[in-house]
Amino acid sequence: MAYDKFTVLRSSAVPMPIENVDTDQIIPARFLKATERKGFGDNLFRDWRYNSDDSPKQDFVLNNPIYSGKILVGGKNFGSGSSREHAAWAIYDYGFRCVVSSFFADIFKNNSINVGILPVTVSPEFLDQIFKAIEADPTAELEVDLPAQTITIVGTGAKESFDINGYKKNNLLNGYDDIDFLQSIKQKIGTFAEQSHY
Amino acid sequence: MSTSPRTLFDKVWDAHVVQHIEDGPDVFFIDRHFIHEVTSPVAFLGLEQRGLSVLYPERTFATADHNTPTINQHLPVQDPLSANQLAALERNSAKYGISHWGLGDPKNGIVHVVGPENGITLPGMTIVCGDSHTSTHGAFGAIAFGIGTSEVEMVLSSQCIMQPKPKKMLINVNGELSKGVTPKDVVLYIIAQISASGATGYFVEYAGSVFENMSMEGRMTVCNMSIEMGARGGMVAPDETTFNYIKGRDKAPKGADWDRLLEYWKTLKTDEGASFDVILNYNAADIEPMITYGTNPGMGIGISKKIPTAAEVGGAKASYEKSLNYMGFHEADPMIGKQVDYVFIGSCTNGRIEDFRAFASIVKGRKKADNVTAWIVPGSHIVEQQIKEEGIYDILKEAGFELRQPGCSACLAMNDDKIPAGKYAVSTSNRNFEGRQGPGARTLLASPLVAAAAAVTGKVTDPRELL
Repeated sequence: MAYDKFTVLRSSAVPMPIENVDTDQIIPARFLKATERKGFGDNLFRDWRYNSDDSPKQDFVLNNPIYSGKILVGGKNFGSGSSREHAAWAIYDYGFRCVVSSFFADIFKNNSINVGILPVTVSPEFLDQIFKAIEADPTAELEVDLPAQTITIVGTGAKESFDINGYKKNNLLNGYDDIDFLQSIKQKIGTFAEQSHY
Repeated sequence: MSTSPRTLFDKVWDAHVVQHIEDGPDVFFIDRHFIHEVTSPVAFLGLEQRGLSVLYPERTFATADHNTPTINQHLPVQDPLSANQLAALERNSAKYGISHWGLGDPKNGIVHVVGPENGITLPGMTIVCGDSHTSTHGAFGAIAFGIGTSEVEMVLSSQCIMQPKPKKMLINVNGELSKGVTPKDVVLYIIAQISASGATGYFVEYAGSVFENMSMEGRMTVCNMSIEMGARGGMVAPDETTFNYIKGRDKAPKGADWDRLLEYWKTLKTDEGASFDVILNYNAADIEPMITYGTNPGMGIGISKKIPTAAEVGGAKASYEKSLNYMGFHEADPMIGKQVDYVFIGSCTNGRIEDFRAFASIVKGRKKADNVTAWIVPGSHIVEQQIKEEGIYDILKEAGFELRQPGCSACLAMNDDKIPAGKYAVSTSNRNFEGRQGPGARTLLASPLVAAAAAVTGKVTDPRELL
């Protein structure tokens, strides 16, 4: 599925300083019944965001109007658990384009890039600085520069580099995906398959 | 061909790299692909939108499991959304010529139960599925892991995914397991030691006498929960136990194919001197029956222990307190004697015949506790059949339990099998996340023996007292 190219993103951010945010929290299983990729953002963090009678939980960060932006900042081990790509779809559909954490679960990280969300891994210290900056000023902006592979707290100028492999970076910068690439080497795959043990 | 010593993981990985991309992932060939109704529909939709087809339909196998009822499977599925997903799986499988074991098919069951029991899963294979517990198949010496729906579309259209090679971790457990300690306890113990993210970025090989002496069912339970320590997957070197399990199964190789593959499979072990990025060693004697007290699988303790304090655990205090609050537990509480409202035995972790045998060994001659609602869900129709043939069904019935029909059921509570808010469930499944078994449900992960002990006493009980 096509997604928008990612280059430089400057935005305020939504803080979620909780560790081990698993994909069952991001989107509970009972909302995985669709056969199309539509509307998952409505149920993003459903059980943290709404009471059982569907009224919003006032103390949850997404229901607090002072926080907004295209960047979600989470605690360590973000996106653990189930491989459901619906978690990444829900985050994208809600309007986030970048998730920042000190540590991501593997499958979530892959899924994010595949749908056009940039996962940015920062040091625990830098993550702490981001949370503090947002605590001091909920409109504090972050600048995520994919070509330069840096993330900056705009107000303080604090900056850190992040890793991403060249292939995936190129995909995000250009809005390409893996399926386009794999189609281009189909002949090679066919030759490989013929020699397979199974 | 490299002559330097290689690990089991290296051997299988390297044999599947179609192309290495500089500063990027490997183009990784997939031998077997499992699909189910929840994570495949959007992938098929993607194929249609791009005008692509399924490249090798004979390498993909479909089964309905995540979103199926566990009673009255002969009747139309009530929930229209679930029915729609099941119909989409059937339609897509038929359209592209993919084998489909739908609801009611005698081969139907949980994807990670039916793959191995039908001989689809073999040593040295690469196996993926849009489900994180695909790591289960690593028990056969396969590289098996969960993928997202975009990757499901990649496998359907090109039989490959783009995957960077993970780092390697070796986990040795040596010695003798004591009475009442099962494979589930071994894996819960390991996760408690290294945390729910302790193996993120790694692929694990499990080695040592404990795994060598373990049945295939036990190895599957351990490999299944590799993802719960953050690992992409885990594997055990294939041996006689593996070969004996596979031989004669429906889709297992036969005749000359068997002989040829057996020779190959015997080479699938870590060479002397091969290197790992991390090696961890544990003693079997240190492991007791385990139970979790929190909201991730790393929050487990020996059943006789008290809940640790935030200071003892380390990490973020607020997250720890949030977790205990959700569970309604307190630091330093003992686990023994805690209230239990529901017991769930089943899932891709503990839904195989050996698990029901273990459950029945404690239930036999006892009665279900009045305060407990028990959901006993076989992993497949074949397991269900075994339960009946071996007399386990009679033991369960005598004790006041009912047997449900196969499916993922209350493990992820996509169907109607939801634990009510605030209730405590001892579950043999794999995740105790907030709301995993239903909004507000509180999950205690444990082995089939601990589940049985809870089911007959109505509270958390050390199963060793009942054996």
